Amino acid sequence: MALLEVKNLRTSFFTDAGEVKAVNGISFSLDHGKVLGIVGESGSGKSVTAYSIMQILAGTAKIHPDSSIKLNGQELVGSGEKVMKTVRGNKVSIIFQDPMTSLNPTYTIGHQLMEAIMLHTPRNKAQARERAIEMLRLVNINEPEKRMKQYPFEFSGGMRQRIVIAMALACEPDILIADEPTTALDVTIQAQILELMNSLQKELGMAIIMITHDLGVVAQMCDEVIVMYAGSICEQGTADEIFYNPAHEYTKGLLRSIPTANSTKEKLEPITGTPIDLLNMPAGCPFAPRCNAAMKVCLNHRAEPKDINENHRAACWMNTKKDFEAGNLVLDNNNDAKAEGGEDDE
Amino acid sequence: MSDIEKKIDPKETPLIEVKDLKQYFNISMGLFKSKPLKAVDGVSFYINKGETLGLVGESGCGKTTVGRTLINIYKPTAGEIFFNGKKIVTKKDISEFRKKATMVFQDPYSSLNPRMTVADIIAEPMNIHKMYPNESEKREKVLALMEHVGLNSEHASRYAHEFSGGQRQRIGIARALAVNPDFIICDEPVSALDVSIQAQVINMFDELQDKMGLSYLFIAHDLLVVRHISHRIAVMYLGKIVEMADADEIYDHPLHPYSKALISAVPVPDPNIARANQRIPLGGDIPSPLNAPSGCPFRTRCPYATEACAEVMPEFKEVSKGHFVACHNMDKFN
Repeated sequence: MALLEVKNLRTSFFTDAGEVKAVNGISFSLDHGKVLGIVGESGSGKSVTAYSIMQILAGTAKIHPDSSIKLNGQELVGSGEKVMKTVRGNKVSIIFQDPMTSLNPTYTIGHQLMEAIMLHTPRNKAQARERAIEMLRLVNINEPEKRMKQYPFEFSGGMRQRIVIAMALACEPDILIADEPTTALDVTIQAQILELMNSLQKELGMAIIMITHDLGVVAQMCDEVIVMYAGSICEQGTADEIFYNPAHEYTKGLLRSIPTANSTKEKLEPITGTPIDLLNMPAGCPFAPRCNAAMKVCLNHRAEPKDINENHRAACWMNTKKDFEAGNLVLDNNNDAKAEGGEDDE
Repeated sequence: MSDIEKKIDPKETPLIEVKDLKQYFNISMGLFKSKPLKAVDGVSFYINKGETLGLVGESGCGKTTVGRTLINIYKPTAGEIFFNGKKIVTKKDISEFRKKATMVFQDPYSSLNPRMTVADIIAEPMNIHKMYPNESEKREKVLALMEHVGLNSEHASRYAHEFSGGQRQRIGIARALAVNPDFIICDEPVSALDVSIQAQVINMFDELQDKMGLSYLFIAHDLLVVRHISHRIAVMYLGKIVEMADADEIYDHPLHPYSKALISAVPVPDPNIARANQRIPLGGDIPSPLNAPSGCPFRTRCPYATEACAEVMPEFKEVSKGHFVACHNMDKFN
């Protein structure tokens, strides 16, 4: 059984302007001890996916009741606050992008660490203190006894992020969700934090969901990768498959648009246009308006995720193009699709 | 005469030359005491016509201050700035210089006035320098600039908030181009943009350089982007340039221990390279520039530091053609 099983997750924000489908029917699973990367640009729904798992969404957001999030077989959608309180921090922990704002400036870090430990485990104050010091040592903070008495402002950005990691791991969660954990940090500090997460992951055997927009971080950290665009998964598979055998035009475009280690002075190939407005989603593939390879069918019909091989799925009509051309595949009207979708469905 | 000054070909004057630039900020330490914060401490470089110099380093190393001091947003504490061989001294010089040297800022959200239309934002530098007394001529120029940077000129009367991040950065670039500059200081111009938009803006900088022969000082922390766009790269640490060389040379053969660590820390978007990459760990954090270490500023984090490093700042020497390094012990570990 997979550790985490997400099926057809749909999360919408109900705003004055209308329903914003931030996450629009995504499914994935995560096994013990794996690192899953979720990449996408801002507004692609990667953070909302994480917040949906933790159920820490804003008041205007709702998870669709048909969605399913199973942790160790236990359904979380609709399970209520009481259950979620045993999940958050205990079984699933989250660290946020900005280490400056995720710590309370008015309490010492020792107080904050011990609070988290005593809330989730039956330890008393002395034991919690011991555990907090142990955690600080684990994330390479020197002189942890002394540091326990200091306030967040007395620490640098990299150290604060390490303290947040210590706090997240203090209760030995099964899953650590890291939402852009290194975006606010310098490269050398980023390398420290990623290295630390890597070694802790091996030591403690937890699974990590790594949310990032940096393909470099994904390449370095992740076993499996999900590429998101406009609330949907374009492509998912092992890191090697995604980087060396991309099967969705968006992923291909992303990989072509970033400078690489051996890139010479040749031109980058940017993805044209701007990200889509989630309030006005097209009927077809959300990436079609920016896609150079877009066909007629892309504009009116969404491609279903299709297995490329056993480690790789992608939702792109390009992968079925050959079948179309050979006449092997005719879309029937039952699933509301025609091969020559001339007019809009709406 | 330093190695850098010798390097400059006397027949060919560089567009920009900076000699021993210093920028100290006075930080109040109580009622009557203050202490200098040495944000930029003796920086020298040159930029030729049509060339891009990349400036990289961690946050707090002074790279933004270099850019701002260069065009006199901050008055330099010491040092000389030459433009086309002419030293910039008087207020008139500064004003002339600012007509030829403009700036593109990091944050396209806060660097555009929300109460001004796009046309007014782009026209503002022209007004300041009284370039187009004729209103219709000015308007024409503004619309041409918008088209030039890939904006729809029909949107000239819109406000900045009606544009996406990438488009706003294009407005910022159009404003920088409004006075027909020779030189643009680009302070982290793409770091606030989405990955898929970054390439559009980077390519635009490339194309403008090809077409108009612009020179750039490109300040950024993303080393892969800097390497892509720059001809030469300077690495800064705590207010000093520690290494400077051709972009590929510094990336493939860094000599200073800080550059080595910095380059090895870059996450490369290629799983096989990333897994094989031997990162050089850098312990600790960048020291406060208020209490900068004596001698070489990097010695507190340097794995090769010796006693000599604590005493004197190493000289900025040319070790091979166009490759400058400031390190005492570099022969020992390279």
